[in-house]
Amino acid sequence: MRHIISLLMENEAGALSRVAGLFSARGYNIESLTVAPTEDSTLSRMTLVTIGSDEIVEQITKQLNKLIDIVKLADITEGEHLERELMLLKVLANTAEQREEVKRMTDIFRGRVIDVMDATFTIEITGNGHKLDAFIEAMRQSDIIETVRSGATGISRGSKCLHV
Amino acid sequence: MELSGAEIVVQFLKDEGVEHVFGYPGGAVLHIYDAIFRQEDVKHILVRHEQGAVHAADGYARATGKPGVALVTSGPGATNAITGIATAYMDSIPLIVLSGQVQSAFIGSDAFQEVDAVGISRPCVKHNFLVKDVHDLVSTLKKAFYVATTGRPGPVLIDIPKDTTDIAIKIPYVFPHHISMRSYNPTVKGHSGQVKRALDLLASARRPMLYTGGGVILSNASAELTEFTQVLGYPITNTLMGLGSYPGRDKQFVGMLGMHGTYEANMAMHECDVLVAIGARFDDRVTGDVEQFCPNAKIIHIDIDPASISKTVRVDVPIVGDIKAVLTDMLKELKGVKKQNDSKALENWWKQIDKWRTADCLRYDRNSALIKPQFVIEKLCEVTNGDAFVTSDVGQHQMFAAQFYHFNKPRRWINSGGLGTMGFGLPAALGVQMAHPGAPVACITGESSIQMCIQELATAKQYDLPVKVINLNNSYMGMVRQWQEFFYDKRYSQSHMAVQPDFVKLAEAYGHVGMHIDKPADVEGALKEAFAMKDRLVFLDFVTDEKENVYPMIAAGKGQHEMHMAPEWELI
Ligand SMILES: Cc1cc2nc3c(=O)[nH]c(=O)nc-3n(C[C@H](O)[C@H](O)[C@H](O)COP(=O)(O)OP(=O)(O)OC[C@H]3O[C@@H](n4cnc5c(N)ncnc54)[C@H](O)[C@@H]3O)c2cc1C
Ligand SMILES: Cc1ncc(C[n+]2csc(CCOP(=O)(O)OP(=O)(O)O)c2C)c(N)n1
Ligand SMILES: [Mg+2]
Repeated sequence: MRHIISLLMENEAGALSRVAGLFSARGYNIESLTVAPTEDSTLSRMTLVTIGSDEIVEQITKQLNKLIDIVKLADITEGEHLERELMLLKVLANTAEQREEVKRMTDIFRGRVIDVMDATFTIEITGNGHKLDAFIEAMRQSDIIETVRSGATGISRGSKCLHV
Repeated sequence: MELSGAEIVVQFLKDEGVEHVFGYPGGAVLHIYDAIFRQEDVKHILVRHEQGAVHAADGYARATGKPGVALVTSGPGATNAITGIATAYMDSIPLIVLSGQVQSAFIGSDAFQEVDAVGISRPCVKHNFLVKDVHDLVSTLKKAFYVATTGRPGPVLIDIPKDTTDIAIKIPYVFPHHISMRSYNPTVKGHSGQVKRALDLLASARRPMLYTGGGVILSNASAELTEFTQVLGYPITNTLMGLGSYPGRDKQFVGMLGMHGTYEANMAMHECDVLVAIGARFDDRVTGDVEQFCPNAKIIHIDIDPASISKTVRVDVPIVGDIKAVLTDMLKELKGVKKQNDSKALENWWKQIDKWRTADCLRYDRNSALIKPQFVIEKLCEVTNGDAFVTSDVGQHQMFAAQFYHFNKPRRWINSGGLGTMGFGLPAALGVQMAHPGAPVACITGESSIQMCIQELATAKQYDLPVKVINLNNSYMGMVRQWQEFFYDKRYSQSHMAVQPDFVKLAEAYGHVGMHIDKPADVEGALKEAFAMKDRLVFLDFVTDEKENVYPMIAAGKGQHEMHMAPEWELI
């Protein structure tokens, strides 16, 4: 099963390497990992996507909780939640025809063209992983030059929340 | 009070109640060594190798329950300390390791004697810190002691760049009496609902079993465990790490369990219907094949570390908390109600256990012309009234010590169980002796293990630490040889210690007393003579039967009921 684990951790040097080290030392999977500061400058928030059986994910959350720098943690996939990922995608857009096609697809997927150059378009698109996969699939006809994905972030719905 | 970083380190240790620091100087810690020189409250013990410093601090911690403290320099000092740190980590021992670091401005530049100590130690510490600003020193030290000694204890490393301890920069110092950390709050009290569920399950047991480990010792809960066990009247087994937490000669004690545990302990585990695991972590040396582990049992598990619970074996009633607190709560409840136990069933269970006991699984040849290692330990136990502090190295001798020295008190049996570090025994014994001057301290070792930290014989001389080294010399890495005999068709690849020093002369060269014993008849006399020399370190080199194996044995990956007994005897 795929799980999204949200972590609040002390904004200390080395905190990220403790998490990464834990996963490699114990042989757990990491699908993606994102981390950034929060509105409280002493805390960072990390979102970790992992795949494992219930037993393994239980151990993962327990082991993460044991890390001294981790203040709070939740497996947001246990309840209703929202998941979003950002992707930037650069495609070849030389001819008017190509440009039209790229624009059309981008609109269908509710992306935005954020950069227009002589020969390329860069598109910004957000959504869950499936939507981004589907967009890449749909763009196969065009010449994709480069893609970059942020990795998933997520948040629980309603009153459930992760804060100190 | 205005102090430099170096003075803060030493003053803090004093205020924290630290009396001994085990260490070895070098460039990055020279400021701290200068501060040590200029005071007398914190005593520094100069070892001969940083591994020895950490093991000695570890032995000190295990024997006292207080955190051990080691001080090493940057680079090679820090890397030499790693084996010691990992040893303490695996057995959950509270340690503070202070390592010097190159100046903050040079970090990352491959400076002289620079190593990423925080990075290298990360997987084998409970936590670590890098203190780049002298203003953070006091709070970091306080946090380090707090983290190391609470919850599931463990080693904490503090890496201190040289400029942080600069003698020229003085700042105000106040000892912080309290600390709280929002990200670290171990659970102490057990959940009352879970405690009640556990008691109900216990009362319904027909074939109950208590399986207890190192956590009982770490929690200082031997008295509570003993009372709990005796109120219930249930059989109890200890892991290698738990020995001494329950009186080793009591009739309810069925011996150690696991790979080299007793037949009765392992069979009782296999057949029990309710298992109570207390401060034990279901290690593979204990469970054998987890698929076959305790097939009929409902399991209760008391542990302060939630991650220990259901890690390798799923349990039915988890209780997260400190053992002392949880057992105290359970005892209160137990005394309130009448035991609802099926007393007939319990009686039958004991009959079954007594039958297993008649297998006499620890039997060995007492008429041998060669010295049997088991015999030496039995005599050692007699000569010291089962009351010595006993440290051990790793190998067959360690198992014989666990099987034949009947520990009656906690913190008397000091060995590396989780990491299995050869070289641990001697430095650990020095730490123990430092903590308990005047108490009998024995280091049970083998000719191979002892050579891994033999240099600490000089430390023993310098500080007059009269440890008795019991070298069970079988000329082999006996434990390795045993596996090669059983599983590699007697191809004894690289396990023969063909060349050895003359240990008697070696001991003498270090200024100690050496004894060579090769006849069974001389064993007892030699031990008595050695322990009578209260102010000398005596190195007793016992020439033992090189063919002896440790029995019983559960081969790796087998179930607990699939024990091998010594070949001479049959199962009943
Ligand atoms: C050559 C060799 C052979 C060995 N053979 C055997 C063998 O036959 N049998 C055997 O048993 N072992 C054997 N071992 C040792 C084995 O490797 C493990 O170290 C040992 O079994 C672990 O013991 P434990 O389960 O008591 O756990 P420990 O490592 O002592 O862990 C303690 C547990 O208690 C918990 N705890 C700590 N403090 C508290 C507290 N205050 N309150 C509540 N819980 C707490 C911890 O979270 C942890 O889960 C052998 C080792 C070697 C080197
Ligand atoms: C540092 C280290 N290296 C290797 C081992 C593997 N090992 C386990 S027991 C053992 C042999 C120990 O020999 P000795 O000290 O003579 O004890 P004996 O088994 O003969 O009693 C070895 C090599 C270890 N535990 N530790
Ligand atoms: Mg040997």
